[in-house]
Amino acid sequence: MASHSISTSNTNLWGGGVEPMKASYGKLMMWFFLMSDTFTFSALLITYGLIRYSHPAYGGSLDHAVFSQEYWPLPDMVFNGIPFLHGVHLPLVFVGIMTFILIMSSVTMVLAVEAGHRMDREDVQKWMLWTILGGIAFLSCQAWEWTHLIVGSEEGTMVDGKIFYGANLVRNEYGPPAFADLFFFITGFHGTHVLSGVLLNIIIFYNTTVGVYDRTGHYEMVEKVGLYWHFVDLVWVFVFTFFYLI
Amino acid sequence: MSSTENIEQSGAIVAQKPDTKAIWVTFWILLGVTALEFLIAFTSDSKPFRIITFVLLTFVKAYFIVANFMHLKHEVKTLIWSVVLPTTFIVWLVIALIYEGGSILGSH
Repeated sequence: MASHSISTSNTNLWGGGVEPMKASYGKLMMWFFLMSDTFTFSALLITYGLIRYSHPAYGGSLDHAVFSQEYWPLPDMVFNGIPFLHGVHLPLVFVGIMTFILIMSSVTMVLAVEAGHRMDREDVQKWMLWTILGGIAFLSCQAWEWTHLIVGSEEGTMVDGKIFYGANLVRNEYGPPAFADLFFFITGFHGTHVLSGVLLNIIIFYNTTVGVYDRTGHYEMVEKVGLYWHFVDLVWVFVFTFFYLI
Repeated sequence: MSSTENIEQSGAIVAQKPDTKAIWVTFWILLGVTALEFLIAFTSDSKPFRIITFVLLTFVKAYFIVANFMHLKHEVKTLIWSVVLPTTFIVWLVIALIYEGGSILGSH
């Protein structure tokens, strides 16, 4: 067991078995992986910033804003729908719900980690299940959000001489095509992370249920996957600010 | 790690009471900050003020997620710095490249 090797090798620092930075191999590797993922997401963020600020921003009043290929669209005017309330202008409300779901699932994940510290299998199961549900709920919301953007508004916008509805990677009724490209790519990349997080959580839930971690004697796997899950939440906090708020 | 040691010392798995107060405090802080962002988004029209506040509040949220949820606050100093230091360089790079963005792509 890991904790055994710590206590026996304290006398000889170079004898092997000492955990660097007092964190296990798996946790350190997870931190390193998350650092490399930070680099990837930062690169995407830089690309977004560069392209966004090379387009003129809309300078007129908010009430009369219309979509045009000329300037970068106002997020308030693009992401303004929520399910079951068609045609009602509700900026930021749906993405607010999504943010809440993800923060909430992060909380249930810490609660699962905390239950793991107490070796409480039932509690770990309960909180892992809530975390999985939160992840699936978030992904479903994102699927709706994508559909909303792809299908487009009822009015549409004149693009290349004819009325175009919605957005794809080549044409976009809301603004420059790059806006939709970046949106689909960055939220898609984040969504893929959420999807792999949900799959990892399901594996952890399964292992907990069949008692793997009771046999190994610790619930550290929950912590490691927890780190990943919080990172995904963290990335969303940034996506939320840069795509929806600013 | 500490919990496994506790169990080994006591020799048996003792049912402990959940200690979740700190987790919920963090949750309320995150929710409060997000609510504040919404308030600013709906009430303020000043573009520079909005951008600066939103970015700062994002870092406030990031701090609480990383420090408390990811437990980094309770790790050893070396680990904290090996994560924070590269990240500060990244943040600098992001700010620098976005600030220079207009000139790099050469539109205005």
